Amino acid sequence: MLNPDLTPNLLWSLAGLYGLLLLASLVLVVLRHRNPQRDFTELSQRTRSWWVMVTVFSAAMLLSRTISLVFFGFISFLALKEYLSIIPTRRSDRRVLFWAYIAIPVQYYWVAVGWYGMFIIFIPVYMFLFLPLRMVIIGETKSFLRALGTLHWGLMTTVFSISHLAFLLVLPAAGNPVAGGAGLVLYLVFLTQFNDVAQYVWGKLLGSHMVIPKVSPNKTWEGFVGGLVTTVLLAVLLAPVLTPLQWPMALVAALIIAVSGFIGDVTISALKRDIGVKDSGSLLPGHGGILDRIDSLTYTAPLFFHFIHYLYW
Amino acid sequence: MYRLLRFLFFNLFVRFFVLVLLGLNVRHRQRLPARGPAILVANHNSHLDTMVLMTLLSPRLLPQVQPVAAMDYFLRNRLLAWFALKIVGILPLKRQRQEPGEDPLAPVHQALDQGRVLIFFPEGSRGEPEQLSDFKTGIARLAERHPAVPVIPVYLHGLGKALPKGEALFVPFFCDVFVGEALGWVADRKGYMTQLENAFRNLAAEGDFSTWEM
Repeated sequence: MLNPDLTPNLLWSLAGLYGLLLLASLVLVVLRHRNPQRDFTELSQRTRSWWVMVTVFSAAMLLSRTISLVFFGFISFLALKEYLSIIPTRRSDRRVLFWAYIAIPVQYYWVAVGWYGMFIIFIPVYMFLFLPLRMVIIGETKSFLRALGTLHWGLMTTVFSISHLAFLLVLPAAGNPVAGGAGLVLYLVFLTQFNDVAQYVWGKLLGSHMVIPKVSPNKTWEGFVGGLVTTVLLAVLLAPVLTPLQWPMALVAALIIAVSGFIGDVTISALKRDIGVKDSGSLLPGHGGILDRIDSLTYTAPLFFHFIHYLYW
Repeated sequence: MYRLLRFLFFNLFVRFFVLVLLGLNVRHRQRLPARGPAILVANHNSHLDTMVLMTLLSPRLLPQVQPVAAMDYFLRNRLLAWFALKIVGILPLKRQRQEPGEDPLAPVHQALDQGRVLIFFPEGSRGEPEQLSDFKTGIARLAERHPAVPVIPVYLHGLGKALPKGEALFVPFFCDVFVGEALGWVADRKGYMTQLENAFRNLAAEGDFSTWEM
């Protein structure tokens, strides 16, 4: 019944993740008890959403590889749909948008059959050339460049970038004997998300110097550095459990994840600020939409993937 | 038999379609009615509007829910009529009065007296995508006759992008559903229509939708 690629290390790590959730919920209970007059609605919504996300993610990773791939494809679908719902689109482009959606199952099919060459060029080359053609056939030239640019940027961010997570799963298992592709995915996703949380917590505790006040007033240097140090420590600690990385390389991986995760986060913040929305959606109570949650992953997934790919395959 | 088919159609197919392929951002869900009689009033841009409104309500309420729909359009052929009447469960309404003195709203009054939850589109037809056209006054006559029945305005946005009038290709978009406070009867029909239009204007203003000038 369970995915046969799973190793004990992976299962222990997932168990550890639940331990962390339990700890977070416990801390919340204590905080509530100590400050009965303060409002913890958002924090408790956030924690509850984390429970749901970790559970769905664990189930997707444990059941079978096909389910894991479908799961990442579905994340791409939700993210692209959210993106296309908040940006302005031209009514005449409905058929072009439809083709952008069709690119999702096709891209994940290349992943499923392990065709790296096609996976890596399908969206940046073939979709890049096809979507303008489809738009030209419809013939609306007003705002043509704007429509095309926004659509392809969305496709690259929500489908191409995120599908790198899925490709980690189909890399030959021999490259990572301790925990397989699933171990690499867990390592990357956990460090990316924990880096976000650590940045937030360090920022709340010590933050005073803003990094880019025009884009996001919540991002401080103190939070950024705190997150980076936390991520480096965790990355080095977890590397022997989940990856083939020796500690110097784990350090590099941590720097890639912490720095590029921050960039992914503020990139989506800039996008939301441009459009004038606070959250990209309402799918995850306390967090916002799916884009709000995977913003950092859109940067960390391709960069971590190519780092691993260069070193081990 | 039809009840079972209708139950399966809405709770398996329509729910999956609306919640997974389409996706909703619902605000103020608690304002939706828990029992009939009640009238949901919504703006109309797509055939999906009815499906979305029906999924918002509890599945237990389904046997009592009836969308009020144009007889000439939905009963124009036998297959469509079967689907509209038996599966969707529409309450067909004549848009034109055929005989003098006939009340086209008579079946609606009857349904409300039986405690039904009705879905009503006062714009009459779907119109231009994402544009609010003028409301017809039938809703005011209903409210006057049934002052105790809550009328709940529901503002829908995005469905005209997902499946506009005259298009057969569905394109997924998250759609917004803003539920307003139940409206009560005011002294006259004109005042009532103003109240209803204002309710929609306020609900529409809750969203921050960005569009390009075209």
